[in-house]
Amino acid sequence: MLRQVMSNQVTVTVNHTPVVVPVGTSVAVAVALAGQACRTSVSGEPRGPLCGMGICFECRVAIDGKPHCRSCQVLCQQGMEVNTAK
Amino acid sequence: MAAAARAAECGVRVGIVDDNSALGGQIWRGEPDFERKSDEQKTEAAEWAGRVSTAGVTPLCGLRVVHQPEAGILLAEDLGGFCELTYEKLVLATGARERFLPFPGWTLPNVMGAGGLQAMVKSGLPIRGKRVIVAGTGPLLLAVAAYLHKHGAEIRAICEQASWGSLARFGLALSGWPAKLVQALQLKRDLAGVPFAANSWPQAAHGQQTLESANLCWAGRVETINCDYLACGFHLVPNIELPLLLGCALDKGCVRVNDFQETTLSSVFCAGEPTSIGGVELALIEGQIAGLAAAGHATQARALFGKRQKARRFAHLLNHTFRLRPELSHLPLSETMVCRCEDVSYSRLRQHTSWRAAKLHTRCGMGPCQGRVCGPATQFLFKWNPDSVRPPVFPARVETLAAFAGELQLQRREVTGGR
Repeated sequence: MLRQVMSNQVTVTVNHTPVVVPVGTSVAVAVALAGQACRTSVSGEPRGPLCGMGICFECRVAIDGKPHCRSCQVLCQQGMEVNTAK
Repeated sequence: MAAAARAAECGVRVGIVDDNSALGGQIWRGEPDFERKSDEQKTEAAEWAGRVSTAGVTPLCGLRVVHQPEAGILLAEDLGGFCELTYEKLVLATGARERFLPFPGWTLPNVMGAGGLQAMVKSGLPIRGKRVIVAGTGPLLLAVAAYLHKHGAEIRAICEQASWGSLARFGLALSGWPAKLVQALQLKRDLAGVPFAANSWPQAAHGQQTLESANLCWAGRVETINCDYLACGFHLVPNIELPLLLGCALDKGCVRVNDFQETTLSSVFCAGEPTSIGGVELALIEGQIAGLAAAGHATQARALFGKRQKARRFAHLLNHTFRLRPELSHLPLSETMVCRCEDVSYSRLRQHTSWRAAKLHTRCGMGPCQGRVCGPATQFLFKWNPDSVRPPVFPARVETLAAFAGELQLQRREVTGGR
């Protein structure tokens, strides 16, 4: 039973902290669940997703080392390493 | 999807290029499997999804078009790399985005678009028990509020900036569209007990690292309400960047099309919101006409003209009812950020007289969103008109850009048709 539940979930890390989310969850949601802002603005403000559809670029993070990925447009995969932009 | 299905049913090869990870756009954004639902919209979405797959359309998801190096070839990239897409006929269905208006605190995390919050919830954000304010203008507010309410959110207020008078006129006019009237009454039933006010708008959002409360101008007085999310959307603006890049002519800010949804470029069609903000029903009709016309079936396309005319009248009614009131242009304070990418404040922009001057002096609109957020905002605040679009239409990786300069070997994908 436990295994069945687990198979519907994936674990990603947000700034090296593991977050367990259901399959089909976007990276932006995983970042929110980790209690993190996605990025820090030019003048140092914390920012999170605005449009939720890949237009505003406020939710950009580094995914598996690749910078500037729009986290609202990417689904979590097992083992993904997400780092919020500093 | 409607264009792709109708064209493919005529026997031509069709591919759908979609920036999202699944087909369906923003309204029919596929919900994760762990939360299966069944509402009426879903059924219509499911029907089109079924037709798309039965007709043998190739879905190319998670792929965004960034440039057209030459006519008939689009350059696109995804997380992993890039590719070239060739087409004989192209149907552009780039949809719309929400209009965001700046007010103090609107850059705080958890202040989102109305559709934005809905998209996040559809992507797995737990909303049960969260306190939400939905504000802005347009029918989307009610649809979003009802969706969030159904998923257990506590909707603390719905602020509609339009006046009671124009809402009443809208309600009366709805009698000409019985299906819409039924929808509106359904929404009203779903939202029974939720505070709603016309003549209302968000004035400021407060919080340290994230949103904690919001000041609302609520039917004439200012109220402070604690909340976890503030979902704000001020109707929609068409996504015309890609059509513009290809060279399609515009008409009053929308893509100009003929009766067959063909743009001023031959072989390039356009359907849905980019031709005028009109909602899903109009988009489906236009999509079908474009798909049929692109596949060379003009007679079948012509049969849908009457339905389109009626849907267009509804679109006009919407845009008239939910036009923005001038008070909203006084919301930003001097230090309020207008350009979120480059952190350009209202006071710095106010010194300039045009979009171009502002760009040159402040970098407003030159960040990753390329003016998609601040462009419509400054259009409303200062009456500026954004000028030309340049490639890449979305930020792209250097390797992708280098590809069209011919420096890298391309992976070619043959596709007939388009979005």
